[in-house]
Amino acid sequence: MSKRVTFRSRLLPWFLLAPQLLVLLLFFFWPAGQAIVQALFMVEPFSGELQWVGLLNFEQLFQSSAYRQAILVTIVFCAATAALAMFLGLFLAVLVDRVVRGRTVYRTLAIWPYAVAPAIAGALFLFLLDPAMGVLAFALRQGLGLAWDPSLDATHATILVVLAAAWKQVAYNFVFFLAGLQAIPRILIEAAALDGAGPWQRSLRVILPLLSPTAFFLLVMNLVYAFFDTFGIVATTTEGGPGGATRILVFKVWEDGFVGLDLGSSAAQSVILMAIVVSLTVLQFRFLEKRVQYAG
Amino acid sequence: MVERAPLLDLCAHLLLILALAALCLPVWLALVAASLPLEEAARVPLPLLPGDRLLENLAAAWQRAELGRALLNSTVMAAGIAAGKIALAVLSAFALVYFRLRLRWLAFWGIFISLMLPVEVRIVPTYEVVANVLVPVYALAGWLGLGPALAAEGAGGGAKVSLLNSYGGLIVPLTASATATFLFRQVFLSVPEELTEAALVDGCRPSAFLWLVLLPLSRTNIAALFIVLFVWSWNQYLWPLLVVTDPAYDTAVVAVTRLMPSMDALPRWNETMAAALLAMAPPVLVVLVFQRAFVQGLIEQDR
Repeated sequence: MSKRVTFRSRLLPWFLLAPQLLVLLLFFFWPAGQAIVQALFMVEPFSGELQWVGLLNFEQLFQSSAYRQAILVTIVFCAATAALAMFLGLFLAVLVDRVVRGRTVYRTLAIWPYAVAPAIAGALFLFLLDPAMGVLAFALRQGLGLAWDPSLDATHATILVVLAAAWKQVAYNFVFFLAGLQAIPRILIEAAALDGAGPWQRSLRVILPLLSPTAFFLLVMNLVYAFFDTFGIVATTTEGGPGGATRILVFKVWEDGFVGLDLGSSAAQSVILMAIVVSLTVLQFRFLEKRVQYAG
Repeated sequence: MVERAPLLDLCAHLLLILALAALCLPVWLALVAASLPLEEAARVPLPLLPGDRLLENLAAAWQRAELGRALLNSTVMAAGIAAGKIALAVLSAFALVYFRLRLRWLAFWGIFISLMLPVEVRIVPTYEVVANVLVPVYALAGWLGLGPALAAEGAGGGAKVSLLNSYGGLIVPLTASATATFLFRQVFLSVPEELTEAALVDGCRPSAFLWLVLLPLSRTNIAALFIVLFVWSWNQYLWPLLVVTDPAYDTAVVAVTRLMPSMDALPRWNETMAAALLAMAPPVLVVLVFQRAFVQGLIEQDR
């Protein structure tokens, strides 16, 4: 879509587009193409020629137990992070939407953690849950008699990274849920109240259904976040350990590429990650179409 | 409020205070640790009130992590990426909306597809390009059979343009933005046609129209987006970690992670937490000061 009235020039628009297209070609499309080529071909060590190996890299990936473990770990991590962050965001938004006094203060307090870098959030939680000195670890030990140690126990390590990842994302969900709640026409809620629906019934029967488009949008955004933006958290806290219990796919692709220097495998992993983003994006846009229907 | 329910309101306030206290706890404890001398910061359990050594620890962290330089690097990178993304997006959106363009769909889809290629999914090959920007040129020359000499030069380590350890490497590869382009496209589409007609009648050139009409009209969008992008760019970790090996170009976030306690040394959590506070302060302050614009930008960006 463009304007009915437009400027007339053939070259100028391409000059305007050139900077962005150049960056895209150099740093997006070329590398993505390279990833596909490196996944399907093998570079001969001496001649530098490309040799077709087909799906060999992918077969090896799916046969390796480390990769299968990474897939499982990623699924658990993403589901737990998205669920926790969305639940807490909704919880805070519902409460802030309800109170009148002090709303701006509450809102500010709920929003600011969004500005903390994932890597730094990781550092904060590592300190909080440090087995020797962490305050939360101390409370767990004294209160529950739990021998807390994320560097040895897989479950503890998972809890550590999920807490740090969700903590940072609560603010994002809060902002969108609050906007969603405030966009619900007052008249619907008042009508329900007149019909004798109490706060609980109104929440379950009126507000939640009207909030479901926001919730679905946030689900996709949270999954994208948990998938791709949490490298810093894993890198600063567990480094994938213990025994790969927190080695999410993005961490593994970095590890294999830059530490293990296994280019073919790393490229194949990149291609799989691309497929995941594509499906998440498609999901998001199918939803956008739906949202238009809700609105209309 | 539909009905009066004082008890419910009280509960809501109590729950909010509890939940927000829990949410703020990690940073509060970082502040406490950062304000204690090492012996006390290492005490179990940590005291819950801050001590009086905050400035000393901040100074120690500042020196050990060379935070002065790191904060400057982060500022340059974050402002550069935010400004770059906005500039490229405004230009692209202007071209897409205000010109009749052959192959428009190509430009449009090219930008759209970049949504699906976050840097995390193409780390190694992107690093290769940044290490030598001419690699694609050599490869293309090789394929097209254009000048085998040029291709040979590429293989034999001829001319090399590396963006590693430079502001260019930190900034430029992150300056493309599909979401920002689509945001400005949306903004421009809502500008009345009459303005363009009037401008054309007055003989206004496209550049003047962009500068004098469109940019002032989208000022609030630009400000809101800048804040969101500044915070996002400041918090990048993976990309700076890859592109920078020379500590002179370390960003603040990376510098903090270098202070993380390691196995063999006595953990100096008070200094680590002091550094963490310094590195998170600028984006947090930006969000607090420009809260309204930030929320607007966040919601608009994902539309």
